[in-house]
Parts: sequence; structure tokens; C-alpha cells
Amino acid sequence: MDTANFFLQALLTADMTIRVSVVLIFACLAGLFSERAGIFDIGLEGKMLISAFFTAAVSYQTGYIWYGVAAGIAASLVFALIHGVASITFRGNQLISGVAINFLASGLTVVIGHAWFKKGGLTPPLSDAERFHEITLPFADTLRDVPILGPIYADVISGHKLLVYVAMLIVPLTWWLLYRTRFGLRLRAVGENPASVDTAGVSVVRYRYAAVLIAGVLCGLGGAYLSTSQGAAFGKEMTAGRGFIALAALIFAKWRPWYALMACLLFGFLEAISNLFPNINVFGLFEIPVQFTQALPYILTVVILAGFVGKAIPPRAGGEPYVKER
Amino acid sequence: MDKMPRWADVVLIPLISLMLAFIASGLVVLAIGENPIQAITVMVKGALGSTSGLGYTLYYATNYMFTGLAVAVAFHARMFNIGGEGQAAIAGVGATLVILAFDWPHWALALPFAIMGAALFGGFWAAVPAYLQAKRGSHIVITTIMFNFIAAAVMGFLLNGVLKNPNTQNAETVKFPAGAHLPTAHEMLAPLGINFSKSAPLNISFLLALLCAFLVWFLLWRTRLGYSIRAFGQSEKGAKYAGISAFKIIMISMFISGALAGMLSINVVMGEQERLIKEFVEGAGFVGIAVALMGRNHPVGIILASILFGMLTQGGFELLWEMPNISKEVVLVIQGMIILFTGALDYMVRGPVEKLFLRMHKGA
Repeated sequence: MDTANFFLQALLTADMTIRVSVVLIFACLAGLFSERAGIFDIGLEGKMLISAFFTAAVSYQTGYIWYGVAAGIAASLVFALIHGVASITFRGNQLISGVAINFLASGLTVVIGHAWFKKGGLTPPLSDAERFHEITLPFADTLRDVPILGPIYADVISGHKLLVYVAMLIVPLTWWLLYRTRFGLRLRAVGENPASVDTAGVSVVRYRYAAVLIAGVLCGLGGAYLSTSQGAAFGKEMTAGRGFIALAALIFAKWRPWYALMACLLFGFLEAISNLFPNINVFGLFEIPVQFTQALPYILTVVILAGFVGKAIPPRAGGEPYVKER
Repeated sequence: MDKMPRWADVVLIPLISLMLAFIASGLVVLAIGENPIQAITVMVKGALGSTSGLGYTLYYATNYMFTGLAVAVAFHARMFNIGGEGQAAIAGVGATLVILAFDWPHWALALPFAIMGAALFGGFWAAVPAYLQAKRGSHIVITTIMFNFIAAAVMGFLLNGVLKNPNTQNAETVKFPAGAHLPTAHEMLAPLGINFSKSAPLNISFLLALLCAFLVWFLLWRTRLGYSIRAFGQSEKGAKYAGISAFKIIMISMFISGALAGMLSINVVMGEQERLIKEFVEGAGFVGIAVALMGRNHPVGIILASILFGMLTQGGFELLWEMPNISKEVVLVIQGMIILFTGALDYMVRGPVEKLFLRMHKGA
């Protein structure tokens, strides 16, 4: 492969990496807020799925993308609220609640979609007005001719849909909120040692609800991105395990925002590679099967979790309902 | 006494939760403009109204018994095994390798070896996360989820590669030898003069599932090992004081759990498909969580819950013909509601019932 061609392939891969990472970033940050406050969330997948459906459905019905996004976020918030009521108010098992949410999302999206559009659970394809558009950043076309940096700016950084840039902005925002505000300090404390936060007169319940609802909004955006930006309609089970990859990325990032971005880009890169170059031939010696690339995020996460390469220590009060002492 | 009677805990609360779940699902059906009473009638009729329907119902119930028992055994050791899906898939590879290795003369000879193959592979796929939990402290829930995805990749790799039948386009193995054919309900009941549907996939694995339920009961409540598993699940610290090895309990209970999940492949791969296909588990591993919750982790409860869930699955397919506006995924909604109300919202139901009994007790 000559250099020019290699550069072109690299640009293509980088562009696709960003496109497929965005869902992971939204979901991963959602999980980050929730788990940092001590609430396990394996229902990221379900919340994204229900949002993907309602965004596409309402967008199609009203012809206006923002109504769709609002509906998607609202649906995801309802699920987040169920998770909150079950795991905070009624101190239920957070993992079981997450499993229930995934079941409900898989069922409801198809049942409602089937009755609504009569297309076996799919929504009709969305027209231009019902989707997000590519945004060309300033000077992208004039700078394209600049060697190397020009194409990188024009083809990789510019030309994405709005939610891509929103995702990239939410990463520093999350960092700032968690590490530079009182809200963030308390939220993290609620996930590490809720009793001490309670002693200080701060409501553990309120902070946990706040975290769970923020996760709801972020999953809502992730789902909206899937059906109106990465795709152009809702399809049955379209999240395809991305909520779980995001969970894996969260562990890989050891529950920190900037690392979360890196982990999502890495896992997105692996997805892009498996899409673009199914079977990779290594110097003509052997072939890496596409299934290996697809499984790599999960394998890496198991390795990290087992502490063979650095130790991932979750928030200490994660998964435990808080019982106020009387 | 300030606790409620045992029957309330074992029967009343699950029934209330179940009713709430059905009411909530009924509201969904109502919201899409259909009649929930009519829908449930169609489902029950479809599940029990013919020997064919019954055969499918019990076939699905067999799967759910295996995965439900798998979740329950792990639960008793306070391990949440969410990886039944992957364990069953890998167990299918184990069973397939055994079955394809010889030209089996008779199923009675093939079955025990296929069971061993499935149990070993399924157990192994659960034992790795168990080891990582016991020795390295990795959270079993996350690891078993990851192993589900890794299993899916392994299946894809094998069925597009070494195990693939070269004569088809599909990702599947060659058909199993005729000597490995398990007797179906039709074949077993015909000598008794009962004409059971020929099309239903119900086979001898159903009896294997009942046997497994009995063995799990015997293990957990009648043996020293079972006592250790339950003691460990009740209190890890207490069990350690009593000299019970945490490592041993985690490994054994998870291995048994994975092996039980693996038995699903005997029912589906050996009993029905008679070849290994890629996505034969079809979510039964996750349904096992609902079954175990509903059945209160007791084999008897699990048998009953499995039959209920089998009815739902089979009834869901029936909806397709009678009420085409309701898709069969309504079953997922009902299952989700059952998991929500019996599992996550248990306290919401339990609290008021406990209070009621307390008041009645004081009043008396």
C-alpha cells in the first residue's frame, strides 16, 4: 500500500471512529454519573434503545427533529426514573432493575412501533428535515488543500452531525462538573461514602436521583444519535450491545471522564476497523478474524477488571442501597 | 411474632407481583388500541389448547428450567450469574463436538456423553469469571456480561470456520448423525396410545430438566456442600468462620450454574435443531433471571415459573395469527414487568403486605 493510499484509509478510519464512538461516549458518561453516585446501571442499553425509537418515531410523525429528540430524552428519563424508584426509593437490586429495563425497552419499542407504523417494529425512513445534518466547520473547504492537516481538518474534524460536537463538549463539562463544583464533590462522595455525606446534612437520595436522571438525559442523546444521525430510521435492537460496550469502556476508563473519552474512541476504533477491514492480514503471515476485533473490547475489559494491567476500583458504595440510620 | 407467615412470602407476594406485572402489560396493550383480555385468552389458548401448543410450551419451559436453575444455584451463593446466555452457547459447542466425534449407535449412549460435553464447556465458561471473582475480585456481573459477548464472537468464528458445514451458506454445522436423535414426545407417547403432536419439538430433555430440578433441590437442601453454599450466600463472614472456603464455594456453585445453563443446548441443539446454529439460545439465558426471581430460587417455584414463561413465549407466537396488530415482542414486555415487580420492586409489594399482617396480628 503506498503512502497516499494509506493516508486516505487512515482518514477514513479516523472519521468512522468518531462517528461510531459518539453513542459510546454518551452512554459511557451516563454510566459514569450513575455509578459515581453509587447506582449500577446495566440499563444503559435499554434507555438508549427506547430513546432511539421515540426520537425516530416522533421526528417522523411531526416532521421536526427537535420534537423527536425531546421525546427520546423524555422516554429515556421515564426509564431512568423507574430505575431510580426501584433502586433508590425501594432499595431494590440495581442490577435486576437494569435487566428489567433492557427487557422492557426491547419489547416496548417493537410492540409500539409495530402498532404505530405497521412495519414490523421499524420506523419509516426519515427524510432530511427529520434528521441531523452535517455541519461544515469554518474554512473547512478552503483549508482542504493544506497538506496533511487540511484533509484532517476538513474530513475528520469537520463535517459531522451536531450531536457529535455535543458529545465532545460534554466530556470536559462532565469533568468540570464532577471535579470543580460542589455538586460534583457531593455526587462523588455519595458513591464512595454515603453515610458521611448524610451526616453532613446532604440528602443522599436527592443526589442519587440527580445522577440517575442525568444518565437518563445522556442515554436519551445517545439513542437520538443512533436513529437520526448514525442511521436514518429506527431498527429493532439497533443499539446492538453498545450500552454494554459503554459499560466496558467505563471500567476501562476507571470511572474518569477524560479516560472515558479515550476508551470510547479506542472501542469505536475497533468497531470502525471491523467494519472497514473485516479480516486483517498481518504481513501475509496470518489473518486476524473479524470476530476477534469485535470481541477485543470485552476481552480488554476482562483483563483490566482482573487487575492484570492496572487495577480498576469501582466507587466503593456502588450497588448498595443507602439505608439511613435511625 | 412480627413476621408474616411463610405462605404469604412464598405464594401471596409472588402472586401480587405477577398480577401487577400483568396489569402493567395490559395497560401497554390497551395503549396500542387492543383488548388485553382478548390477547391473554389467545395466548393461553395457543399455549395449552392443542398438543402442538402444549408441546411448544413445555419445550420452551425446558429451556427456562435449565437457565432458571442455573441462576438460582448461583444466587444461593450470592453470585449473580447473568452469563447464562454465553454459557449455554459454548455448551452447545461442547455437545456438538461430542456428537459429531462418533457415529453414535443409539441415543441412550450419545446422551450421557453429550450432557458431559455440554456441562464441561458451559461450566468452564462460568468458571473463568468465577475464578476472576474469587482470586482477582472482578465483579462477576460485569465479567459474565463480557463473556456473553465473547461467546457470541467465538460462536461466529467457529461456525464460519472449522465447524461450518461446507455445503451451505449458513453459519451452521452439518446435521448430527441419526444415532444421536433424541426421542420426541410424539415418539415416546405413541406406544402408550397417546397421539401427541408430531410437529412439537418437546423431547426427552424435559425429563432431564425435571431431574436437574430434583438434583438441585437435593444438592442445596440435603447435602453438606449445599449447606455450605447457602451458608456462604447468607453470610460470607459467617461461612469463613465456619471454615468454608470462599474460593471453593464460588468456583463450585458457578461451575454447576454454567453446567445447568449448558443443558439448554441438549434440548435445543441435540433435541430440536440436530445441528449447531449460531443464535440458538435466543435470550433464554436472560429469561432464566426472571424465572429464578419468580420461583423464589426454589426448584419447585422454578418449575412452575418456567411453565408460565413457556406459555408466554408460545402464546406470543400465537398472537401473530389472531391479533396481527400485537407483535410477539409483547412477551418481552410482560417478562420485563415480571422482573421489575418481582425483582427490583420487591420491597414495594412486600412492605405494605408485611404491615398488613402486622396490623392483623395486633388486632387479633
